[in-house]
Amino acid sequence: MNTLRLYGRYIATSIRSQRQYPASLITTSIGAFAATITDFVGIWALFARFRRLEGWAFGEVALLYGVVSVSFALADSLTRGFDVFGEQFVKTGDFDRVLVRPRSAVLQLLGYELRLTRIGRLAQGAFAWGVGAHLSGVEWSPASWAVLAFAVAGGIALFSGILMVQATLAFWTVESLEVANTLTYGGIEAGQYPLDVYARWFRNFLVFVVPIGCISYFPVSVVLGRVNALPYAFAPAFGFVFLGIALRIWTFGVRHYTSTGS
Amino acid sequence: MSGRGSHALTPYVAVVRARFGVLLQYRAAAIAGFVTQCWWGGIKVMVLTAFFAASAGAPMTLPQAIDYVWLGQALFTMLPWSGDPDVARMVRTGDVAYERLRPLDTYAFWYSRAVARRTANPALRALPMLLTAGVLLRVVGWSAYALRAPAGVAASLLFVASIALVIALSAAVSALIDALTVATLSDRGVTVLVSPLVIVLSGSLVPLPLFPDWLQPILRNQPFAGLMDTPFRIYTGNLAAGGAVFALARQAIWVVVLVLLGRVVMARVMSRLQTQGG
Repeated sequence: MNTLRLYGRYIATSIRSQRQYPASLITTSIGAFAATITDFVGIWALFARFRRLEGWAFGEVALLYGVVSVSFALADSLTRGFDVFGEQFVKTGDFDRVLVRPRSAVLQLLGYELRLTRIGRLAQGAFAWGVGAHLSGVEWSPASWAVLAFAVAGGIALFSGILMVQATLAFWTVESLEVANTLTYGGIEAGQYPLDVYARWFRNFLVFVVPIGCISYFPVSVVLGRVNALPYAFAPAFGFVFLGIALRIWTFGVRHYTSTGS
Repeated sequence: MSGRGSHALTPYVAVVRARFGVLLQYRAAAIAGFVTQCWWGGIKVMVLTAFFAASAGAPMTLPQAIDYVWLGQALFTMLPWSGDPDVARMVRTGDVAYERLRPLDTYAFWYSRAVARRTANPALRALPMLLTAGVLLRVVGWSAYALRAPAGVAASLLFVASIALVIALSAAVSALIDALTVATLSDRGVTVLVSPLVIVLSGSLVPLPLFPDWLQPILRNQPFAGLMDTPFRIYTGNLAAGGAVFALARQAIWVVVLVLLGRVVMARVMSRLQTQGG
């Protein structure tokens, strides 16, 4: 069976198992929607009070917020296996069994679960995106759709990479470390505002170290016509670069894995 | 106090003390939390600075808003955005029945546990955050972003009184969540409803005075404002002495209302208690 078909099989199984508890699935999704929409309410409140932020209007920031939120929701849904890696695989010793199977560990962890409840966050991201698209009066050409689709793809790569690095740490700490949450949840918090508001060192961090600005700020600026330089549309490629580096770190971690023996 | 009165309180005081000791154990979680608090606070401060630069006429000054943000990060764990995890577990396993066997008033027992939880966590987390925001930021030359001292002696005293009421109020909300957890047989549903409300309406997300003016009458009078907004506006001097006393009274009224409500819910739930497990 080829890799793609096997992954499809994993995902189909995961979806089937989650559908066994439809009520739980629906309430959890609604909960995720309610919990994540609060951030958008906060942005709305500040714009209702102050009107503009460094030359950005509410609709423009809403679009930025939507792109970041949609990317993270998708990444978070796909990489559940890495998110719970410490507790579910290292601590229990289950990673031994993953390693003896004749398929890559990354594939098996990606196939661990496709979290359907993330549809709550996805829906609020899409809502913000819609509000932003409506208010900012963007020309929705195929080109702008392509730029944003690439931005979301780069965002999924970046956030998956962060979760992968977090999982790698578990090889040494056994537990999953919450510190990485600063980069994932903190990253979306930072990425939902235009980079212009931040101090220079922090801006550089968000472009060159953990390139959240590359997957949101630059492509959205291009679509909004705030910058005229086309190269910015390709900035989300750095999300893939980050994922590549994360995979290298992961491989290094796997090579240093010692079983807990339980 | 008479001898009998102090005897009646002894078990509850003991509960507060014991829970406090347990909760102080979670040091690693506190360190991770501290890093997150710094990051969140830093972003909020920078964003608010940028917003304030664009226009004047906000109902609070930028330094007041910055103080508000740092205090919010320092005292974040005072917010009752979930119930007691142990109560949720007892409901799941059915052990909640044992709570009824104790020769104690269950509401007062759970309320005491909530008081400990809402005091121990902040006690551990507030100091590093306050030192970082108030001292370290000044030392490294970012005074504009730093936390300032309280607005005055009166403001300090009123702030302390208000924080005491925050704990009472937060524990009342927590105990109400616990009672509703028993009623619905799960902590999931209640938490899903309550936690976004608490985060928005306490001022933890955005300082309440910065919400649109037409919302202010509602925001000021709802119970969750007493969880953060009231003490923080007193601290920063955004609420003058007269208004502050009035706001303290409002906090106290909500404590009474929510305790009564919690007791009513608890009495109803416990009179026909369903337990799971076996």
